[in-house]
Amino acid sequence: MATPSGSRVVQILDKHEHELLTTWVDKLLKAPGSRRDLIREADVREQCQDFLRRLRAAAVQAGVDVDAAAWEPVREQLRQLSSERARQGFTPSETALFVYSLKDPLFGRLRQEIGHDATVLADEMWAASVLLDRLGLYTTEAYQQSREEVIARQNEAMLELSTPVVELWDGILALPLIGTLDSARTQVVMENLLQRIVETGASIAIIDITGVPTVDTLVAQHLLKTIAAARLMGADCIISGIRPQIAQTIVHLGVELQSVVTKATLADAFAIALQRTGLAVGRARPQA
Amino acid sequence: MADVDRIPIIKMGEFLLVSIQVDMHDRLAMTLQDDLTASVVKHRARGVLIDISSLEIVDSFIGRTLANIAAMSRVLDAETVVVGMRPAVAITLVELGMSLSGVRTALTVERAMEMLRASVGETVHQGRAHAAHPE
Repeated sequence: MATPSGSRVVQILDKHEHELLTTWVDKLLKAPGSRRDLIREADVREQCQDFLRRLRAAAVQAGVDVDAAAWEPVREQLRQLSSERARQGFTPSETALFVYSLKDPLFGRLRQEIGHDATVLADEMWAASVLLDRLGLYTTEAYQQSREEVIARQNEAMLELSTPVVELWDGILALPLIGTLDSARTQVVMENLLQRIVETGASIAIIDITGVPTVDTLVAQHLLKTIAAARLMGADCIISGIRPQIAQTIVHLGVELQSVVTKATLADAFAIALQRTGLAVGRARPQA
Repeated sequence: MADVDRIPIIKMGEFLLVSIQVDMHDRLAMTLQDDLTASVVKHRARGVLIDISSLEIVDSFIGRTLANIAAMSRVLDAETVVVGMRPAVAITLVELGMSLSGVRTALTVERAMEMLRASVGETVHQGRAHAAHPE
């Protein structure tokens, strides 16, 4: 065969762009996962038209090699489309449907064009199929990537939210930790705590680990780091909220917490903190 | 400020005050160590207060020098308190694995003076009344 595979696709795009577009859009809108509730028909039509144009331009230049630089406009559109649809609430299959639904009309056209030459037809269909598969997979990848970006952003937001430093009393700070401590979080916790120590001039900080699900050697090390940093600035730390299981784990793991004052509850820690700052809490009048 | 080759050491009663206002480099740190130990002996100081609130950059050498100064002063029977370490400096030192465990720390100069007075006060009263305590 003189014509390289994929060239027929270009011919079809040249000759029958309008018909192809009409059948494709029709197909896409009728498909079960078209999500007409999330996207307008006009938008779909516009996206399809744009895609066909870019596809043609890329196929003319670089054949069916999707990784080539000439295909960048197509990839770019797919990336944009995928992340947009991921945000709108499309599922991955519904997003990939955009590319895969082109198969049917395109193959139909190929059959009409080539007619009865089975070998050529098979070759062309294979080439077109591979091309669309690659593009479809690319959509899914882009979809996933945009989802991961969302997750990363949420993680960051959660990190900010979950490390509050509260002032319990004049000169006494409390740091209720919730969730697992990893090194990234320790960094944020440490920075927040030290910053607040500077701002409030607190001399005692209570780190409450009631909300920390597990304490392993790494978490303990992170805690000790935070305590050491606070101490360097002139503030003492008390660890509170140690649950029975956690106490057992700490001892079994051989974590050295001797240098740190530890208390079972935040109330105990607060009492110690008050005592150290020379304050006392008493009843205003004797109870009846 | 690159031409600073000595950090002044101020004697105040039985304490020595050192305020580090410039970026420490290694030679400056060594000079400070020499001067300070000499001053502790000369003035028979009971406490050393090192204010590092202007210090923005530390490395492991400066950290170790601080720890050494504290250890040397203790040998000479003077308590060392490091004052006003910045959060970034504290984090850096901890990440370097230096928690300066032998050094006492305070957030403000007032509190450091209180600490020094408290630790020295029990042994040296010399008739000085408690009214001398600052607010």
